Amino acid sequence: MTALVEAVGLTKHYAVRHGWRRHGALRAVDGIDLTVPEGAAVGLVGESGCGKSTVARLLLRLVEPTAGTVRFAGRDITGLDELGLRPLRREMQLIFQNPHAALNPRRTLFASIAEPLVIQAGLGGAALRARVEHLMDDVGLPAQFLWRYPHELSGGQKQRVCIARALALEPRLVILDEPTSALDVSVQAQILAFLAELRARRGLTYLLISHNLAVVRQVCDEVAVMYLGRIVEHGPVAEVFAAPRHPYTRALLAAVLPPRAGALPTVALAGDPPSALELSRGCRFAPRCPLAEPVCRPTDPALDPVSHDHRVACLLARRAPASPSTA
Amino acid sequence: MSLLEVVDYSLAFDGFEGTHQVLDAIDLAVDVGETVGLVGETGCGKSVLAKSLLKLNDIPPARILSGSIRFDGRDLLALDETALRAIRGGGIAMIFQDPMTFLNPVFSIGDQMAEVIRARDRADNRKRGARDVRAAAAALLAAVRLPDAAALLDRYPHELSGGMRQRVLIAMALAGHARLLVADEPTTALDVTIQSQVLALLADLVAAQGLTLLLISHDLGVIGALCRRIVVMYAGTIVEDAPAAQLFDRPLHPYTQGLLAAVPDIGRPERRLAGIPGSIPNLLAPPAGCRFHPRCPLAIERCRRERPALRRIAAGQRVACHLAEPV
Repeated sequence: MTALVEAVGLTKHYAVRHGWRRHGALRAVDGIDLTVPEGAAVGLVGESGCGKSTVARLLLRLVEPTAGTVRFAGRDITGLDELGLRPLRREMQLIFQNPHAALNPRRTLFASIAEPLVIQAGLGGAALRARVEHLMDDVGLPAQFLWRYPHELSGGQKQRVCIARALALEPRLVILDEPTSALDVSVQAQILAFLAELRARRGLTYLLISHNLAVVRQVCDEVAVMYLGRIVEHGPVAEVFAAPRHPYTRALLAAVLPPRAGALPTVALAGDPPSALELSRGCRFAPRCPLAEPVCRPTDPALDPVSHDHRVACLLARRAPASPSTA
Repeated sequence: MSLLEVVDYSLAFDGFEGTHQVLDAIDLAVDVGETVGLVGETGCGKSVLAKSLLKLNDIPPARILSGSIRFDGRDLLALDETALRAIRGGGIAMIFQDPMTFLNPVFSIGDQMAEVIRARDRADNRKRGARDVRAAAAALLAAVRLPDAAALLDRYPHELSGGMRQRVLIAMALAGHARLLVADEPTTALDVTIQSQVLALLADLVAAQGLTLLLISHDLGVIGALCRRIVVMYAGTIVEDAPAAQLFDRPLHPYTQGLLAAVPDIGRPERRLAGIPGSIPNLLAPPAGCRFHPRCPLAIERCRRERPALRRIAAGQRVACHLAEPV
């Protein structure tokens, strides 16, 4: 599989000021390498504030990187201006967590779905109408919904509208930012099944951002785990979840509560993650890591391969035996 | 003896469009020392029921249609505001999803803790000096495993992380010596590793202090981790009530079965998820008969006409379904 998206050394620092005095830099994303193969579904997981949503916006060039490059379909898009990006916009689409906020309440569904087709494809009249109806059908919504407003729809239906709009221009890459977090589980199951079927049918590439590891396990082939602006582990989802190598991945998996009786999680991590403003030298996870050794404090671990397609940023990963997940 | 006894309780909200029948003939008894989980999707009435226990739903727009709520033998619905104040915090304590909403941003943690401790002292006709109150507050914060409790007393809510704030609210619940702790989605706003810490704390407190717990959540994993008994709600009705292990192994109501089939389980990734077709009913005009019948794969003619009673089907298991057979 060839890489559809390839980020190298991708970095985003936000300047933080107190009054006029420069306070420091918030290192939201700090030098990550991430490859999304064409046709794959890659999950990006991590807790709030780890930078996963910033990565999505950097890949789409919605925010400017501080350093690093992004290649899309083999082409470096880091230096492109808005005009140069415009033809690429149709190839990459973003679906947001909250479908209630992603749709304009004063527009009919027709207007919302038609907009990208008018702007990007120059469609109009009967051709536009037919295309929108086809898209509605594709996402499983009846055609009479076209003239409805978002408030007349349920959450799951609204998310289907957002998917229809994202698909309108036949993108190659769809970035899904917590696409089912605002939905009930019975609706989430419908949307997840639909997204999987859609990917198979259209050969789409997904980058799925989620804090829900069970959802990632269900949808993705690969998973990348982020902690405080860095990717700490990346590999095939079955391998990473069955035998996590990074202590943070292990802690995350141990905290997942399966739908069963009497499975109180073991508290694998004490305390809260530190602020991205006050990162320690060396491994960022060392202050909370149950295995940390003196060597972890001064040395910043690189994301090194432990097997053919499994990479881990931990100095101890090669030594520590891979323990199966407790989940 | 039951600590809490809700009998045939129905509640409606009067709005511009009509009357929403939010709770319909709720029957629920909770014994001393039980851990009961209340689970259901958006709009099923679980939070309204929780608030009803402290008469926190404003009347109007809320209107009690029938039933009674007894706590420790006293009829809560007959109590006046003064008597209710003694129950709130003293008999029943409540913690919510977003702790920031329930902490006053302009008072320090110590001030807010002291207020609860003094209220309890007044109820007990006890007097103590500011220093003793402060020491008691620090002891309570230490009891919920907040590090450096004494220093925390002078901090303000915005200086604390989400997990710390939720612990402060739990400490306040302990300050009033409440016998029943009602926790409404206490970990939904928290990251998973912090969620494990808070759930482990709740489990220890319940065991150590003999608290009775009513935990409300949409997350079957959270409920399964903490509760020995699970009550499932759908569209304002209780559809099933069973010991936790029994509910996960052998759910008898078609809605419970649907809910369990929709939850992704990280331990069983090969299992295909099935959503529940359709969406939740409009409570302005709830379906006649069984409220679940329009979405139920098994519905028969009788389900459309006749409301199923919550019947005891097996040991400790009650189900509101015409088709459930005794096992």
